[in-house]
Amino acid sequence: MFTCRCTDRRFPEQNAAVYSRELRMRLSKLTRRFSLVVTGLVAMLSMPVAQAAYQLNMTEGVSPISKELYSLHMIVFWICVVIGLVVFAAMAWSIIHHRKSKGAVAANFHESTKVEIIWTVVPLLILIGIAIPATGTLLDLEDAKTNADITVQVTGIQWKWKYTFVDDDVSFISSLAQSSRDVIKDPTGNEHYLLEVDKPLVLPVGKKIRFLFHSNDVIHAWWVPALAVKQDSIPGFINDSWALIEEPGIYRGQCAELCGKDHGFMPIVVNAVSEPEYKEWLAGMQAEAAAAAASASEEWSMQDLVAHGETIYQANCSACHGPTGAGIPGAFPAMTGSAIVNGDAAAHIDIVVNGKAGTAMGAFKNQLNDVDIAAVITYERNSLGNSVGDTVQPSAIKNAR
Amino acid sequence: MYNETTHDGHAAHDEHDHHGPAKGLMRWVTTTNHKDIGTLYLWLSFTMLLYGGSMAMVIRLELFQPGLQWVEPHFFNQMTTMHGLVMVFGAIMPAFVGLANWLIPIMIGAPDMALPRMNNWSFWILPFAFAMLASTTLMESGAPAFGWTFYAPLSTTFAPDSTDFFIFAVHLMGISSVMGAINVIATILNMRAPGMTLMKMPLFVWTWLITAYLLIAVMPVLAGAVTMMLTDRHFGTSFFDAAGGGDPVMFQHVFWFFGHPEVYIMILPAFGVISAIVPTFARKPLFGYSSMVYATASIAILSFMVWAHHMFTTGMPVAGELYFMYATILISVPTGVKVFNWVTTMWKGSMTFETPMLWALGFIVMFTIGGFSGLMLGVAPVDTQYHDTYFVVAHFHYVLVTGALYSIIAAFYYWVPKWTGHMYDEKLGKIHFWWSTIAVNVLFFPQHFLGLAGMPRRIPDYSLQFAEFNMISSIGGFAFGLAQVFFLYIVIKTIKGGPKASDRVWEGATGLEFEQLPSPPPYHSFTEAPVVK
Repeated sequence: MFTCRCTDRRFPEQNAAVYSRELRMRLSKLTRRFSLVVTGLVAMLSMPVAQAAYQLNMTEGVSPISKELYSLHMIVFWICVVIGLVVFAAMAWSIIHHRKSKGAVAANFHESTKVEIIWTVVPLLILIGIAIPATGTLLDLEDAKTNADITVQVTGIQWKWKYTFVDDDVSFISSLAQSSRDVIKDPTGNEHYLLEVDKPLVLPVGKKIRFLFHSNDVIHAWWVPALAVKQDSIPGFINDSWALIEEPGIYRGQCAELCGKDHGFMPIVVNAVSEPEYKEWLAGMQAEAAAAAASASEEWSMQDLVAHGETIYQANCSACHGPTGAGIPGAFPAMTGSAIVNGDAAAHIDIVVNGKAGTAMGAFKNQLNDVDIAAVITYERNSLGNSVGDTVQPSAIKNAR
Repeated sequence: MYNETTHDGHAAHDEHDHHGPAKGLMRWVTTTNHKDIGTLYLWLSFTMLLYGGSMAMVIRLELFQPGLQWVEPHFFNQMTTMHGLVMVFGAIMPAFVGLANWLIPIMIGAPDMALPRMNNWSFWILPFAFAMLASTTLMESGAPAFGWTFYAPLSTTFAPDSTDFFIFAVHLMGISSVMGAINVIATILNMRAPGMTLMKMPLFVWTWLITAYLLIAVMPVLAGAVTMMLTDRHFGTSFFDAAGGGDPVMFQHVFWFFGHPEVYIMILPAFGVISAIVPTFARKPLFGYSSMVYATASIAILSFMVWAHHMFTTGMPVAGELYFMYATILISVPTGVKVFNWVTTMWKGSMTFETPMLWALGFIVMFTIGGFSGLMLGVAPVDTQYHDTYFVVAHFHYVLVTGALYSIIAAFYYWVPKWTGHMYDEKLGKIHFWWSTIAVNVLFFPQHFLGLAGMPRRIPDYSLQFAEFNMISSIGGFAFGLAQVFFLYIVIKTIKGGPKASDRVWEGATGLEFEQLPSPPPYHSFTEAPVVK
């Protein structure tokens, strides 16, 4: 499991105060007559706010774009607050002073072209005031191509992410950490529940990183708030976005586009490190891949294959086919007693390697290496209530590709 | 088709030379009376509100604390999907059609809707459509679980078998809506009393006229989208399948070309309701009537030109993003005009605060809050951070619950004395308002914080940092749900009896329905056209 070395970014406390003040203001405007009830409610809501465990606002983030977005967000927010104050104050004034019970007699005016023009033109000018900085920020946000130092290809797969360092021949899959899967009924105490992965994406600080987004199946969206990157990954499309991480740290995010059953369980962890550390990590990944390739030509024992296969199964297959192989009736077939799993090994290999067109069963040849696929197939055939008794060796997968 | 022969001897006692409704269940099945059909629509809407609401309760229950305690993710996704579909197509839209049926003829001095038999049909399609949609929850594969926006390819290649039932249910709802809209237009354009010029029509009639055009324009687009899904699923086409040369993003363009006008379909009649209620209780004519009409029309026209602001993270070209940002924030100008006009209507009025006025004031304040978050969402670069988070969930619930739903409840309290001849219980009405308003803010306000702090929407489970606000939100949700069960009690109590309402009902009420009709109005009102000065 990946452990955290530095704290997540928190919002500045000042903004907590802003939001809670505004909440109080709006509530009390609305319910002036019942101010006692409301004061009680607000006190209830704002007491925990003081403990700062309740995040109220957007993170300022750690990239130039995230900071730009944050200030634009605050500008628009304050404009809304001011307009809201004026409108609600006028309304409150009427409600308090122009009421029949106070003897108010209704006036009869119902038109004024001058006033109408004013409150059409003034908002228009305010909007232009918002549109100008927004245009600049948008152009910066969309400029992923210029001077990118590193290109990372991000592929959304139901329900995990695949990262490929295009220039360095490193590619791996990152999925929800087992430590989160284990406590899904009662996650109390797991600080990063659902925001931790088996293999984080490691990136260097101070470099412009260009992300290319793509999807294998349905639409996903890769979102890390602190980097202000949220971009859809769409089958048939390649989208891009960029980040320049200014501070080392661990930044967490999640898939933001409904992508099926386990949409809530495909987190993102970015570990931003210094450049030497990044190079070291990259070399480690390359060595790992080389070792895996070497072990693919060896003959594996049934015991080793099943043991390795279980890890692969839980990370890649259990979401649909169930941790015990029961599947979900009507949606995803069971592994236990399956005709394919208990039948000819070649057909079993084919469906895992190439997927099944027109269904949610994807082709794993681009996601897993030979050892992983051989292990998971052997595991499925000899576990989860099945006992075929044969092994599938990595060499068989190599031939099937 | 009014069948007098089924009357049981009381027919002779009918007042005003009108015959009454038929007796028994068949009255409701065969009725062509606009009041009966309006009542049917409103009851269907209430049933769907409670049905969709019960799914919201399941959602809030699962989100009450982190971890999966109550339902599986697949079922959770079915709940969010069905909740959205049922509330949009089952609760909000039929409620406004019900109000249109009840109110448009008596507001413009017509005896009935222009096309009464089609009116019967457009209602009776709906129970079948919703039965078909609801039946999917009982199927082996479960109900559709791809969100009410049903983005391809999750809703095509990756969807459960029950999706085909969903597709045909949407077709039926669309047919019903288009027929209802044709009826509204035909009625308003042909059946106004002499002297009721277009610019003298109550604003509710105006907003519905414009809404009806929106419906006719966009429901066929929705039908087209689901038909393309159907052929992609079964007939080998690849409209939305990239592997066959299709385009998943095109689905979103088609969907939102329907979807954005759709949100105005759900809010324009609400503007009409509020524009009727505020002047009555401020005892002062609506400020800027003609600018209200023009603002409604401009919102409707702009609504066709902003759809892709739901798609700022799909990788549109920068020029497209800039255009959709500018067009979107422009909508806040006519919307602002409406709010300013309502506030100015109150200014120097002589206000009282009966239940309908409370709901209308609640609408103005909270709809405006929803409008502000809408403006923030319209700013494209920051929308990339708000998009698909609870900030969006908070935004559209502020405009649809405290906006559209609040206006429907306000309309009920405002017109129910006219419809039934009974005053509702003022004390219970006020309790209903304050209970709902406190609960709904506890429910939805914290969701702004959750979204900004990074909680995506449509997730069955979340990390611990979101625990506190989710719990608060759920408590508000349960309280708000319960308040609407209390509302059901108020509705039944009012229909069954209550103090006799005067013909005028409210001291400051204006319009044909209050000035020229008794409470309740006869089964056929305005068999002779009233005179409008």
